[in-house]
Amino acid sequence: MTLPALGWQGLVVLVVFGVSLLIATYSTYAERVIAAFLQDRVGPDRAGPFGLLQPLADAVKLFTKEEFFPAGANRALFVFGPCLAMVTALMSSAVIPFGNFLQFGDTIVHLQGIEINVGMLYVFGMVSLGVYGIMIGGWASNNKFSLLGAIRAASQNISYELAMGLALIAVLMISGTLSLREITLQQSSAAPFVWHDIFNWNIMKQPLGFLIFIVCAFAETNRTPFDLPECETELIGGYHTEYSSMKMGLYLFAEYINVFVASAVMSVLYFGGFNFPFQYEMRDWLVSAQGLELVTAQNIITIVGLLGLFGKIFAFIFFFMWVRWTLPRFRYDQLMRLGWTILIPLAIFNILLTGGLITFGVIK
Amino acid sequence: MSLFLFISFVALLSALGVVLAKNPVHSVLFLILTFFTLSGHYLLLNAQFLAVVNIIVYAGAIMVLFLFVIMFLNLNEDTEPHKPALAKFAAAIAGGSLLLILVAAMRNISPAGYDAATFDSQIGMVDKLGMVLFRDYALPFELASILLLAAMVGSVMLGKRETGERNF
Repeated sequence: MTLPALGWQGLVVLVVFGVSLLIATYSTYAERVIAAFLQDRVGPDRAGPFGLLQPLADAVKLFTKEEFFPAGANRALFVFGPCLAMVTALMSSAVIPFGNFLQFGDTIVHLQGIEINVGMLYVFGMVSLGVYGIMIGGWASNNKFSLLGAIRAASQNISYELAMGLALIAVLMISGTLSLREITLQQSSAAPFVWHDIFNWNIMKQPLGFLIFIVCAFAETNRTPFDLPECETELIGGYHTEYSSMKMGLYLFAEYINVFVASAVMSVLYFGGFNFPFQYEMRDWLVSAQGLELVTAQNIITIVGLLGLFGKIFAFIFFFMWVRWTLPRFRYDQLMRLGWTILIPLAIFNILLTGGLITFGVIK
Repeated sequence: MSLFLFISFVALLSALGVVLAKNPVHSVLFLILTFFTLSGHYLLLNAQFLAVVNIIVYAGAIMVLFLFVIMFLNLNEDTEPHKPALAKFAAAIAGGSLLLILVAAMRNISPAGYDAATFDSQIGMVDKLGMVLFRDYALPFELASILLLAAMVGSVMLGKRETGERNF
């Protein structure tokens, strides 16, 4: 079977799409299992072995429930809201470099949906669009609680986007490129000391920036402790109060996809992406000691790197869930104060610090 | 070419939707769609940076605030004040004259020819743009940023709580 280069890339896009959905599906299961673990409960164990079929049971339940339209709702926008939330969530994973490249004969397949030289800004743009699904759905429900949730979501996202963008600028100053692939490749190096790959990850150069970024990622994905838009104790269910059946499911699903994408972006920007320690030594060892061809060895390294990146992503997803079941929700004024008076000045300080360190040659 | 025609068609249609929609929220959503089609045009011109920044700044931030304010005001068809026929007539005349002037001014323009052989397709890339912006146009760029700073200071001044008793 021969496919032209574009065909392979199209296949990669489809696989990325499918994997995003699969991970989001099993995130719902993971959330329950982790919640049960942290609360010393059993968790889902009925559907299939270890409750592994629970997401399917949930999907059947959501699909077969009654679709309810509240009186006075704007029907078109009421349907459009969850669709938009889902579309924007799925679009952002397209530019993430999941692996280096696989080579079969003359064909080189990059394990990345699309490579654009403004990849980082693309993800940022999609994240900033994500709020529309929530706003439109909340407004179209014709319910005061939904509207309050939507408005909270909008102001929260705009506030935390600023600090997130400023944290990204510091990464940019180090990397000098907006391409996620190049940022990843820069984090691998052949510097001659042990654990050199880890020392070359951006987290070592940007610890403060990473801290700001991860706090903003929690706010942008509406996860606890920043899930004010769906604060049950004040707003019933927030923006999805009036939603039922799969439209509700799409909102919840979009949140898990956003968590997956946020985890992937953090792994790529700060934790070396598909790089892993001793990758070059391992490749050379495969060539010299095992007698493999360089191409085969490189393919093996790429696959290990791919699995490594997913390991990092799953670690971050676990961290998201760990925090959710550990910390209580912030109050709304605390959320705003944290965003505007702490994170933004801290991010600006981080930019100045990075600039100074670059000027004096401490980091490059 | 067909992609250009399609995007232009959607752009015109959504721009008309902005003006013709009765519901202000629909108008805002059509405006967002218009910005998307403009970004599509930037992409066709190989200006990726401009396309993405257009989405981040206009669609992602400014229009969210628009939608935010309109949702707060809760405008809809019922509360829209009925405009007198004279005002509609005057608006049609004014808008029509503007269109006439624009068409008359643009009629004889011949687009400056570019040579496909020597045209630099990388001209819209972010590094090229940065070079031009900070090397050749550094002063205008800084002046524009001062303008934005002044606007920001002004809005902070307006938004500052006045001393004395709080009435809200």
